[in-house]
Amino acid sequence: MVKKGVENQELESEAKADETASDSESRADLCAPPAPVDDTPEVLNRALSNLSSRWKNWWVRGILTLAMIAFFFIIIYLGPMVLMMIVMCVQIKCFHEIITIGYNVYHSYDLPWFRTLSWYFLLCVNYFFYGETVTDYFFTLVQREEPLRILSKYHRFISFTLYLTGFCMFVLSLVKKHYRLQFYMFGWTHVTLLIVVTQSHLVIHNLFEGMIWFIVPISCVICNDIMAYMFGFFFGRTPLIKLSPKKTWEGFIGGFFATVVFGLLLSYVMSGYRCFVCPVEYNNDTNSFTVDCEPSDLFRLQEYNIPGVIQSVVGWKTVRMYPFQIHSIALSTFASLIGPFGGFFASGFKRAFKIKDFANTIPGHGGIMDRFDCQYLMATFVNVYIASFIRGPNPSKLIQQFLTLRPDQQLHIFNTLKSHLMDKGILTAATEDE
Amino acid sequence: MSGMACPPQCPDASVGFVHSALAARSLVSASLLSLSASRKLTCLSCVLLLVQWKNWWIRGILTLTMISLFFLIIYMGSFMLMLLVLGIQVKCFHEIITIGYRVYHSYDLPWFRTLSWYFLLCVNYFFYGETVADYFATFVQREEQLQFLIRYHRFISFALYLAGFCMFVLSLVKKHYRLQFYMFAWTHVTLLITVTQSHLVIQNLFEGMIWFLVPISSVICNDITAYLFGFFFGRTPLIKLSPKKTWEGFIGGFFSTVVFGFIAAYVLSKYQYFVCPVEYRSDVNSFVTECEPADLFQLHSYVLPSFLKAVLRRETVSLYPFQIHSIALSTFASLIGPFGGFFASGFKRAFKIKDFANTIPGHGGIMDRFDCQYLMATFVHVYITSFIRGPNPSKVLQQLLVLQPDQQLNIYRTLKTHLIEKGILQPALKV
Repeated sequence: MVKKGVENQELESEAKADETASDSESRADLCAPPAPVDDTPEVLNRALSNLSSRWKNWWVRGILTLAMIAFFFIIIYLGPMVLMMIVMCVQIKCFHEIITIGYNVYHSYDLPWFRTLSWYFLLCVNYFFYGETVTDYFFTLVQREEPLRILSKYHRFISFTLYLTGFCMFVLSLVKKHYRLQFYMFGWTHVTLLIVVTQSHLVIHNLFEGMIWFIVPISCVICNDIMAYMFGFFFGRTPLIKLSPKKTWEGFIGGFFATVVFGLLLSYVMSGYRCFVCPVEYNNDTNSFTVDCEPSDLFRLQEYNIPGVIQSVVGWKTVRMYPFQIHSIALSTFASLIGPFGGFFASGFKRAFKIKDFANTIPGHGGIMDRFDCQYLMATFVNVYIASFIRGPNPSKLIQQFLTLRPDQQLHIFNTLKSHLMDKGILTAATEDE
Repeated sequence: MSGMACPPQCPDASVGFVHSALAARSLVSASLLSLSASRKLTCLSCVLLLVQWKNWWIRGILTLTMISLFFLIIYMGSFMLMLLVLGIQVKCFHEIITIGYRVYHSYDLPWFRTLSWYFLLCVNYFFYGETVADYFATFVQREEQLQFLIRYHRFISFALYLAGFCMFVLSLVKKHYRLQFYMFAWTHVTLLITVTQSHLVIQNLFEGMIWFLVPISSVICNDITAYLFGFFFGRTPLIKLSPKKTWEGFIGGFFSTVVFGFIAAYVLSKYQYFVCPVEYRSDVNSFVTECEPADLFQLHSYVLPSFLKAVLRRETVSLYPFQIHSIALSTFASLIGPFGGFFASGFKRAFKIKDFANTIPGHGGIMDRFDCQYLMATFVHVYITSFIRGPNPSKVLQQLLVLQPDQQLNIYRTLKTHLIEKGILQPALKV
């Protein structure tokens, strides 16, 4: 109660200097955080009615965790198209959760036009990103259909016009007493779009590289979550960070090692299957996605010499691994060391705005955002990692860009490429005549 | 002395003028004490008018100064222009962040000032790196360290940003969570507005200085002519947000800007200096603007539509195609550009500030001058990529050379077939 008193004093001084807007904020602070709603399904309630509430909570969380993991496997089995749609739905739900928090914080649910404008901006940004993805990966399909070709040629202009319309609507909707609130919500919407929508599109880009680039990172983050919790539960003693008092150093380090091992094993298992390893392509003839290819160098077993120190332990001279497993160590390390910062960020956010969970969608776990907070940075990292270390530019995209150049530019590039290839000896006069 | 009460939160510069005006008035009033009431009133109103005109003169002189500075920088070349754009961007960022500090009384938040500048540095590093890689390809190929930096550019930028993000999370202090999140979001939205726009401006600049000059001049012209039309003919208010704007000013400004843009495009299209893409020549180690002007900047004869034929009594007219594009640019500057101004006005009302800062006497801060330019730079960039040019050829070549040899061979064959089909390349005769 003393804490509340001090906070009240601070807020009063802030409220005196500012306007009605921050008065509404201070009112939000004075309200106690909403009591956690017990919305566990009836079925579970009855099944667990005998256990004490602490174990009951543990069981509910456990069952829901297994349910979510099973759901994840089913979706993987159903293929890339379904995965894309799931990513899109998760994105929309996360956006909705964060925007709703904004409304609650600012008591701005009734602002004129604002709900419409938020969803409109979400639509615009999604249209822009999906348009770019579709143009890249569905190039041949797009070139065939006339309306699609025009849409794709002027894509940026159309997206910009749509966004501008939203911007002008926002300016025209500014109402005298609510200026500050409206600007806050505008800023809130844009930051949410930046976080949620860009990440989800990077996830889809990773997916198109090969489902393994989607599954391994997400699994590493989930594994780190679970392992850190287990290690903390059994061995936890030294607190890690004031933001999240339940996290401990033992959990953090134990989770790190467990995740690296898990990542190695998972990559070994998955690298064997084409359906995970091949880039997702759209086949024009069958009009569906196919994952069929010659696995690249990354996914072929190679012999590695074990360094001396491990040789004595393990007793082997060499080991056969997929090069991808080396990369998976990097991915797991990031998931364990930096991923949790996404979680701390979300914890700080929840404390700042005095909410216990983002929403109550999943019983025992909170909202969708609560499950995906550690994934924030992972998708961006994987995308940057792939672009920097794995693949170069996309050849089909380059051909696409080439075809839009002027004829003299095309000729210039063609001649430069020809002389380059001849210099390197890749192209000889003999092969030229093919 | 009730006549000229100072409005709340007057910028310091005009306070100075008002104070001097008040001082002058008190001096005059002291000597007027002996006069009759009506003569007192006349003298007071004369002094008022004098002060208003003085304000007008100050604004006018500063406007001319800024325009001359603009011309000077253009004369000095593209590199100076780039530096100017960078300087303006940093100043705008500083102004908006300072407003944030004042709004949230958060000037003393731990680490926050450092973090804001650090994020600005990161985002600038990312964008400049991308620009440098594109436009300085030959220069970059020579230096070894630069090669490394370019190849892993995204990774390095991301690592730098992440370091800032982790520092933010570690700097969260118990009592100040909400404030810190607000400032974090404020910084990011500011970066989104100022830094991305400034980089689009620089990309437009590299297309050819005319793509930088004509849009900016159109916006400035629209500002000035809308003000003048509003001053002389203004009657119907335009929008509640900015009570000084009128429909007469808006429409008059639109037509004047289109005409101005048309003429400016005609004048500038003649010179290679403005029309050619900016390139970096490694031999001279400087920027050069020398080229064969594109089709867009060569005179074409256009057949006039019939109603104009009667008016102008000519059959055809010689125009640069770019002038047609300039009509599109001027239209955007006049119709949509002001929305950027309204956005800034709404922002200032929302946070109860009169001007963004007091940098320029009579005009306010740098942000006040550039608020209408927000959307213009993005529009010009989108316009260029959609309607004028395709992707940058040197970038395509650069990416081609990075591919695997077998991929290169495949692409070579595809390109060859395509070029032969189009008749651009003649099939080689078998020897």
